[in-house]
Amino acid sequence: MTSVSVIDELKRAQILELLEQGKRVDGRTLDEPRKICIEINAIPKANGSARVYLGDTQVLCGVKIQPDKPFPDVGDKGMFMCTAELLPLSHPTVETGPPQAPVIELARVVDRGIRESHMVDVSDLVIEKDKSVVGVFADVVAIDYDGNLFDACSYAATAALLTSKTPTWEMVDDQPSVVEGADKPLPITTIPVSVTMGKIGNYIVVDPNGDEWDSMDSRITITTDSDGNIVALQKGGSDGFTQEEINQCGDLSIKVGAKIREQLKSSKQESQ
Amino acid sequence: MGGRDATMVLLDENGIRCDGRKIDEPRRIMIKAGGLKNADGSAYIEFGDNKILVGVFGPRDVHPKHMSNTDTGILRVRYHMEPFSVGERKRPAPSRREIEISKVIKEALEPAVMLEKFPRTAVDVFIEVLQADGGTRCAALTAASVALADAGIPMRDMVAAIASGKVADTIILDVNNEEDQAGQADMPVGYMPSLKKITLLQLDGVLTPEEYKKCVDVGVKGCEVVYELQKKALHDKYFGDRKD
Repeated sequence: MTSVSVIDELKRAQILELLEQGKRVDGRTLDEPRKICIEINAIPKANGSARVYLGDTQVLCGVKIQPDKPFPDVGDKGMFMCTAELLPLSHPTVETGPPQAPVIELARVVDRGIRESHMVDVSDLVIEKDKSVVGVFADVVAIDYDGNLFDACSYAATAALLTSKTPTWEMVDDQPSVVEGADKPLPITTIPVSVTMGKIGNYIVVDPNGDEWDSMDSRITITTDSDGNIVALQKGGSDGFTQEEINQCGDLSIKVGAKIREQLKSSKQESQ
Repeated sequence: MGGRDATMVLLDENGIRCDGRKIDEPRRIMIKAGGLKNADGSAYIEFGDNKILVGVFGPRDVHPKHMSNTDTGILRVRYHMEPFSVGERKRPAPSRREIEISKVIKEALEPAVMLEKFPRTAVDVFIEVLQADGGTRCAALTAASVALADAGIPMRDMVAAIASGKVADTIILDVNNEEDQAGQADMPVGYMPSLKKITLLQLDGVLTPEEYKKCVDVGVKGCEVVYELQKKALHDKYFGDRKD
């Protein structure tokens, strides 16, 4: 998608014109994310799952929890991994085949935000040290695209992890064996929230929708934890930010993230 | 990457780091512009124990053709690590990490390069990490800017880069491999000092809002130091007192 169509040029002009009046194409304020709908346990066969709508962007996360061999140098820790993928039915430009750089970046940024927050306490996921540990895999797929997959995927993975139930294993004949009736929640230490902001001209908008996403000059994704710390960040796109804008985005991510965290928390309570 | 030593002191009581540096002291940085015969522009950087070579080709025809853009030139960046560049042999095929870093460096350079002057063409930047020791993406971005300038490609500014971070609850400049592995946070910063624009920014690790702002500030100030060395490398090649 290297060529810019006339429609895209006009769209950007219109978006910028509205921003100059302090408005956005879909009527939101600049620091307002779209409506977030979280549907817990959409896939009962998974250990945890969540379908998230961020405006018209729709993603689905399933969590699978299973025993695994530990990494050789960290036999006293379980494993956590988060992936993200764009399904071909999510947008006409998505092709099948090995993931391209933007999708690899998406998956790594979503994983990093959750991992660096230490949301899942992997030291509590050991069956027998150096022999067998618990692996937690949160796989997110994008089903319908309307901008900002970073946040949608992050919320889906976080909601699915918050509501996951993990079996308990014990070692029998040197093999992990499930203890019946001993399912429990995952060891969760904090709730990470990712907030992505786009820069269009000199304006910073929270949670860009599809049209804004196509029109923006650069973007920044900042993940915060329950204590209001900043735990991960990724700048992307073909322009830069001033130091002042970077500071402003940090403050915004904490403010906006706090509200979204409350919604993720309540999705956990609903599941109980 | 191994070599994790639980007893290692990251910051001693005199404010000296594990490799003897002060908290705001970068590693030894040596940048050389040019050096490759075939490339249109090139640069070599030693950044502590990192050794990185960058070659630039273009503006040139785009293959495959459908990647070309009638409105502007395109920038293509490949960041690649040699199998022997790290402790345990790295598989030669590009990893997901390398693909992400290639993209991040490309997007950090794009604001600096006047690609609109060369519609339908490509500028290719090939980054080869010969030896890695923490902070390769910053060193690579720094060298790539010099190589682009060496290729004579019109630029608005050069991007200088260095990482700031947090070890032992202290904000430091230029995170090395040990500090990255055992420290609390790592924030690579790429910055165009003349245009005052941050074009690369990543973070992993936990920072309070105050530490976050300080970290960005320390990184930006570090980039200003690196920038002077980039200019010196170009000056040495083109205006230096050379015998040949």
